[in-house]
Amino acid sequence: MLVRALGFLIGLGFVAVAAWSLLWGAIAFIDEPPEETVEHKFVEHPRHIAFSFDGPFGHYDRRQLQRGFQVYKEVCASCHGLTYVAFRNLAELGYEEAEVEAIAAGWQIPVPDIDPKTGEAATRKAIPADRFPNPYPNEVAARAANNKALPPDLSLMAKSREGGAAYIVSLLTGYRPVPANLPKDNRPGPGLAFNPWFANLNIAMPPPLTADEQVTYADGTAATREQMARDVSAFLMWTAEPRLENRHRTGLAVLIFLILTTILAYLAYQNIWHGPTSRRVRPIGPLDPDNMARREAAKSEAADPETGRIQG
Amino acid sequence: MSFPWAEEYRPKNSFMRWLDQRLPLPRLVYGAIGAGYPVPRNLNYFWNFGVLAGVALMIQIVTGIILAMHYVPSGADAFGSVEHIMRDVNQGWLLRYAHANGASLFFVVTYIHIFRGLFYGSYKAPRELVWMLGLVIFLLMMATAFMGYVLPWGQMSFWGAKVITGLFGAIPVIGEPVQQWLLGGYAPDQATLNRFFSLHYLLPFVIAGVIILHIWALHIPGSNNPTGVDVKGQEDTLPFHPYYTAKDGFGLGIFLIALAALTFFWPNYLGHADNYIQANPLSTPAHIVPEWYFWPFYAILRAFTVDFILEAKLWGVLAMFASILILFLLPWLDKSPVRSGNYRPRFRQFFWILVLDIIVLGICGGRPAEEPWVMVSQIATIYYFAHFLIILPILGRVEKTLPLPTSISTSVLHGEAVEAAPAGTDTVRDTGRDTGRDTGRNGG
Repeated sequence: MLVRALGFLIGLGFVAVAAWSLLWGAIAFIDEPPEETVEHKFVEHPRHIAFSFDGPFGHYDRRQLQRGFQVYKEVCASCHGLTYVAFRNLAELGYEEAEVEAIAAGWQIPVPDIDPKTGEAATRKAIPADRFPNPYPNEVAARAANNKALPPDLSLMAKSREGGAAYIVSLLTGYRPVPANLPKDNRPGPGLAFNPWFANLNIAMPPPLTADEQVTYADGTAATREQMARDVSAFLMWTAEPRLENRHRTGLAVLIFLILTTILAYLAYQNIWHGPTSRRVRPIGPLDPDNMARREAAKSEAADPETGRIQG
Repeated sequence: MSFPWAEEYRPKNSFMRWLDQRLPLPRLVYGAIGAGYPVPRNLNYFWNFGVLAGVALMIQIVTGIILAMHYVPSGADAFGSVEHIMRDVNQGWLLRYAHANGASLFFVVTYIHIFRGLFYGSYKAPRELVWMLGLVIFLLMMATAFMGYVLPWGQMSFWGAKVITGLFGAIPVIGEPVQQWLLGGYAPDQATLNRFFSLHYLLPFVIAGVIILHIWALHIPGSNNPTGVDVKGQEDTLPFHPYYTAKDGFGLGIFLIALAALTFFWPNYLGHADNYIQANPLSTPAHIVPEWYFWPFYAILRAFTVDFILEAKLWGVLAMFASILILFLLPWLDKSPVRSGNYRPRFRQFFWILVLDIIVLGICGGRPAEEPWVMVSQIATIYYFAHFLIILPILGRVEKTLPLPTSISTSVLHGEAVEAAPAGTDTVRDTGRDTGRDTGRNGG
């Protein structure tokens, strides 16, 4: 009784205070309805774009990944790193060992040493075991070179933004002239560009894909801006989720196994509870008449060891 | 264990007999989850979820122990070590995705388990301690899950830790020192990460211990059942093994299919994109939200927006903790003599309103703190507290309940003939049974 009385009071307390908050919230809501934010009005959802890796059977298109890597190398790599990707991983894109070594040799890795003649910081050629080096030695240098903005690492970009690869395509092809009705406070300042796919509408990255055929694809694919954006986005999906194909393959096998096992488990369950036609519970295990008889016999044996022998 | 007709353990061979006389572990297991535990014969599929939660905990422990072999609890290396697991550790992606989605499914089955208890009155006498130990497990789970989410040291990890420990900062006078004591500093940092890792490893074993108490306390009165009527005799029960092990085996198959589908095909669906960005104390994410299983409580926390004697923030913190703590009083708040919602027509309506209410709270908790979500969550919060502290106590007095069946067996047999053999009876009618077993062997 005490518990209920106390609970009742506590309940009334919380209800009253929440209702008080609700009242003030409702008054404020009626007095000045919340205005739609500028970002909310202008920011666009990622376009719907189909990729080869979508869905449970999805897999990477190796040639597209190679094209995407080419776009990364020739366009993005000057500002963006791929910290979590090693050159040896490029073998998964279909490159031969010698090709991977040649690609790695195109990057320089800083070493803790100086050039004995000039005293400058020394570097060495990258080998397949190295990871992609950051294009800038540190954050200060990166910001100094980019109008105070920090170019983010791209290894996980396709997983760290809502919309994933489709978001990246939308953003790369989404640079637009500033709309006339955009409020003054939200207009891009110096060094910024308007892009309705970027969260605050003004992105510090200048349009990276400026013209068709900016990259010359080795496989002869026409390098339209849309094509380059899609290829590099697919490549970035691979850098973010390199084990995707393994995951899909394993998942399919596991699901087939589990579904079969579950069907068997269901049949076993039905068979234990009752036979194929009857709805009655089937007496097995401890309920088996044989076992019951044995148990009874064991009980009487315990009571009277002389006469209670079990037969057979 | 619980009923006089419970099957006694009989060792099958001389080694088991030898073992039984020295360490009766098989006897314990036999009586706890074997043929020696008589269970009401009418349990529906909702009674699968306790076992499923136990399996989910085991999956978390096994995957977690292996992940801990590769994880580095250091502010500089934690994020990178998780990426190392995802890329370079053999099947590391599988371990991590199974662990992350396993946690979500652990909460799914636990929530269903709790709602089952709420609907069928499993919290009522004589199972109050089973219910309260279950709530202790739930609180430990929440602590474990929260600390586990901090470990990858992404943006949501860091800011989530900051917000949640910041709740303690709302306590007057001692709040700030308590917060610093919890974090081991002024903001989440190396000390926080190390202690969270240590506790995240410890708490699952504490949970396992409390689960043993939970099952122990359950076995004294035995399981509740969909009618809520007490077991009256042997004809009301079936041995746990093989009947319910078989049923749980099927349920487990469905659970594993769900876990595999999430892990292999939608591994990041329940996660948050921001957590793939390394923690950065200088950059606050636009919307800080916890994992989905905390959303209803997060909504209650944010529903209190106006100071009233106490600070609004403190009201939110109090309400959030109270929303779980009042469940400890539930056995004494709801004094209706009828357990099962099947025989309580009014209670049943309010129960479904409560389910809807908590779903609404969950939706609000996942949204940014803007109107109209705040107002919706305020209405839902009012109903949540009113349901447990005002409606249920009154309902227990005024409700007209439906007539209860006289026993479990009459409720399942619907007037059919008695069947399946109380012990030692010769009324068993073996003729026509489809077991293919001949009747003449009874004496053999």
